Amino acid sequence: MGCKIYINGISNISPQTDSVFEDQAPLEYETNILPSLKQDYKSFIKPMMLRRMSSAVKMGIFCAKQALLEAEVTMPDAILVGTGQGCLQDTEKFLVNMLNTNEGLLSPTSFIQSTHNTVAGQIALDLKCQAYNMTFSQNAASFESALIDALLQIEEKEVKNILVGGVDEISPQFTGFQKLNAQIKDENLNNLDLFESNTPGTIVSETAAFFSLSSVKRATSYARLIDVQVLNILEPSDLTRRIERFLEKNEIAEVDLVILGKNGDNRYDRYYDEIQQGIFSDKCQLGYKNLVGDNNSVSSYALWLASKILKEKKIPEIFMLNALTCNKPEKILIYNQYLGRNHGLILLETCDF
Amino acid sequence: MKGVAITGMGIISAIGRNSEETHTGLKKAISGIGLPEILATNHKDLPVGEIKLSNAELSELLHLPEGHCYTRAALLGACAISDLLKNTGYGEFPEETGFISGTSVGGIDLTEEHFYDYIDDPGTRRFIPAQHPGFTTEKIAEYFKISGLVTTISTACSSSANAIALGARMIRSGRLKRVIVGGTDCLTKFTINGFNSLKILSQSECRPFDNHREGLNLGEAAAYILLEAEDCINDKPVLGRITGYGNANDAYHQTASSETGEGAYLAITKAIAKAGISSTEIDYINAHGTGTINNDQSESVALKRIFGEWLPEFSSTKAYTGHTLGAAGAVEAVFSLMALQNDEIYPNLNFETEMQETGLRPVEILQKKVLKTVLSNSFGFGGNCTALIFQRDGL
Repeated sequence: MGCKIYINGISNISPQTDSVFEDQAPLEYETNILPSLKQDYKSFIKPMMLRRMSSAVKMGIFCAKQALLEAEVTMPDAILVGTGQGCLQDTEKFLVNMLNTNEGLLSPTSFIQSTHNTVAGQIALDLKCQAYNMTFSQNAASFESALIDALLQIEEKEVKNILVGGVDEISPQFTGFQKLNAQIKDENLNNLDLFESNTPGTIVSETAAFFSLSSVKRATSYARLIDVQVLNILEPSDLTRRIERFLEKNEIAEVDLVILGKNGDNRYDRYYDEIQQGIFSDKCQLGYKNLVGDNNSVSSYALWLASKILKEKKIPEIFMLNALTCNKPEKILIYNQYLGRNHGLILLETCDF
Repeated sequence: MKGVAITGMGIISAIGRNSEETHTGLKKAISGIGLPEILATNHKDLPVGEIKLSNAELSELLHLPEGHCYTRAALLGACAISDLLKNTGYGEFPEETGFISGTSVGGIDLTEEHFYDYIDDPGTRRFIPAQHPGFTTEKIAEYFKISGLVTTISTACSSSANAIALGARMIRSGRLKRVIVGGTDCLTKFTINGFNSLKILSQSECRPFDNHREGLNLGEAAAYILLEAEDCINDKPVLGRITGYGNANDAYHQTASSETGEGAYLAITKAIAKAGISSTEIDYINAHGTGTINNDQSESVALKRIFGEWLPEFSSTKAYTGHTLGAAGAVEAVFSLMALQNDEIYPNLNFETEMQETGLRPVEILQKKVLKTVLSNSFGFGGNCTALIFQRDGL
C-alpha cells in the first residue's frame, strides 16, 4: 500500500482505567456484563445535551474530543465510526414502548436516536463538522471496516486528518438476550479468570476507543498504521496462511508481538490457539478481554493498547498471555474474531523508522 | 475520468421481483404503493410499498431449508442478488468477490416478532443475533458463498448509496477486483411506528416535490450492482460507470435537514468534482424526494444553489417504491442505470402543484431523452448526505 497514516491522538473508555497500562492493579468484576467506567462527561458535553444521550453517544463524543485534542486537530476531514450493535439503549426503549402499547402513541425521541449512525452524526453535530461521515456496522468487523475506509481516504490523498473510532454499548434486555444463546457465559466468574474458564460464551462490556489519524507525522505520534483486513469466514486451519499472506503483501517479514481477541469461549478460542502454538509461538502474545470484556468494537481497545506500547516502548505484564516478552516492540499485529466470524487483522509499527 | 464499471444489477421492490418487471413498472408508471397485507402492523391504513411475497414464499423462491434464520431483509437481498447473478453470466461469484451492503434496521423484524419468546421458547433463540445489521449481510454472503471482505454500512437512508461509493473506491484503489454493492431493508413495525411518531408518514400516496405533499410512504426493497476492475470485464457488457461520489454531513439536526440544504449541496458538489465534469453535463437527476415537507424543501434549495436556472430534468421515484430507507440509494442506482441504458426518464408520480418556495417542476410523464450522465441523491438521519454520478460507458 505504501501510504503513511499516523496515529496522533488516542482515547478510550472501558471497564478499566488507563492506569492498567501503568501496572496498577486492574478492576475486578464478578458479573458477566461489564459497564464502562463513568467519566467526567460534563467537561466535554453540555449538561442539557448529556441528559438525553445514551452511553454510546456519550462515550463516542467524549473519546472523539479527547483524541482530537491530543492530536491538536479542531476539525477532522472525515468522521468514521464502527459500531456492531449501534444505539441499543434507544432501540430497546422504542421497541419495548411499541410492543407494550401495541403500537400506541409513541414519543419519537428514542426512535430518532436509535439509528446506527447516531454516534457519528452527533459527533458531526457537536463539532459542526460537515465532512465525510460514515458508520460501519459489521458485527465484530465494524471498527476494522472503518479503519479500511481511513486507509483508502489517505491513499486517495483527499484528506489530512481523520477521526475514527469504535463504540458499543450494553442495554438491559438486548444484551441480556446474549445469555440465552450462549454468547455470555452461564456461570458468573471473576473477569481475571476468563482465559481459564473453559466454558462456552464470554463476558461482554461497553467500550469506546477513538483515534485521530493523519497523513502527517508529529513528534508525539503513537504509531504508523500499515494495513487492515477483514475476512468474513475462515477455518482455523486456514488462519496461518491468511495471516502470512497479509504480512507478505505488506512486506513485513516478522512482527514483534501479537494482540489477540481471545475471549475465553472454548468453542472459538481455537482460532487463537492455532497461531499461539503455531506461527507466533516464539512471539510475545497479549490479550485484553479478561480486563475490558468483549463486544463488537472492542478491537478498537486493542488498537489503543498497541498505540500505547509502540509509543511508550513498554509492555504491561497484566496483558501477557505467555512468558515471552519483547524488549523493543516495533511491529504489532492485532487479530480478532467473534464466534468464528468477522476476522480482523490490524498491522501497525513504530513511528521511529 | 473513466469511472468504475458496473457489469450487473439486480432488484426486488414493490414494483417488481426482478430487473425486467421493475423496468416495465417504471415505464408504465405503475405505483407499488398500497395498504400493508404482509407486515403485521396495526397501522393498516398507512400506505406502504410492500413486496407481496411472504417470508415463506421468498424462502421457497430461494430454496432455503426450513428452520433457517434469514431476516426478511436477507431474503430480499438474496433475491436481488440472484437476479443480478442471472444477468451477469457468472454461475457463481468468483472467489475474492467482496460484498458491501447497506441497511438501516437490518433484522429488527425478527426482534420485534420474537422479543417476548426468547425467554420461554428456546426454539426462537436462533433469531437473537439477527437484530444487528451485519447479520443480514452475513446471511446473504453465506447464500452466495462469499467469504472474504464482507461489510455493512448503516448510515440510515444513505446506507446503500455509501456502500456503492465505498465499493467504487475499493476497486479504484486495487483492494478489490470485484465487489457486490447495494443494500436491503424490509418493512418493520419498528420503522413504521418510528416514522409515524415523527408525524412524517403520508396518509395517502406520497407526492414528492408537490406543494401539498404530506409526507412519505415507507417501502421495502433490495438492490445490488456488481462493480468490476477493468481487467475483469473482458467482453462483458458494461451497464454504466460510476464516475462521481460525494459524502457530506449536514451537521444541522439529528433528523431534520437544514433549510439551506447544506449537506446535500456539499455532497452533490463533491460528486460533480470527483467525476471531473461540470454541473451542466448532468442530464437527469434522480432526487431523494421523499415527499416530506422538510426533505423536499431542503433538497430543492440545494439543487437551485448548484444548478441555478439550468436545472436538468429531475424526478423522485419514491412514489413507485415508497422510501426504502437503507436500500433507497441502491434502488435508485438501478433506476438510474435503467434510465441511462434506455434513454428514459421515469416520472415523478402524483405531482400536481409546484412548491411555493422554489417552484420546481419534476418530470411528470415518461420522457425519452438521450442520457449520458445521471445524478442520484440519498440523504438520511444523522445528517448523512450522499450523491452518486453514473455515466454511460464509452463516453
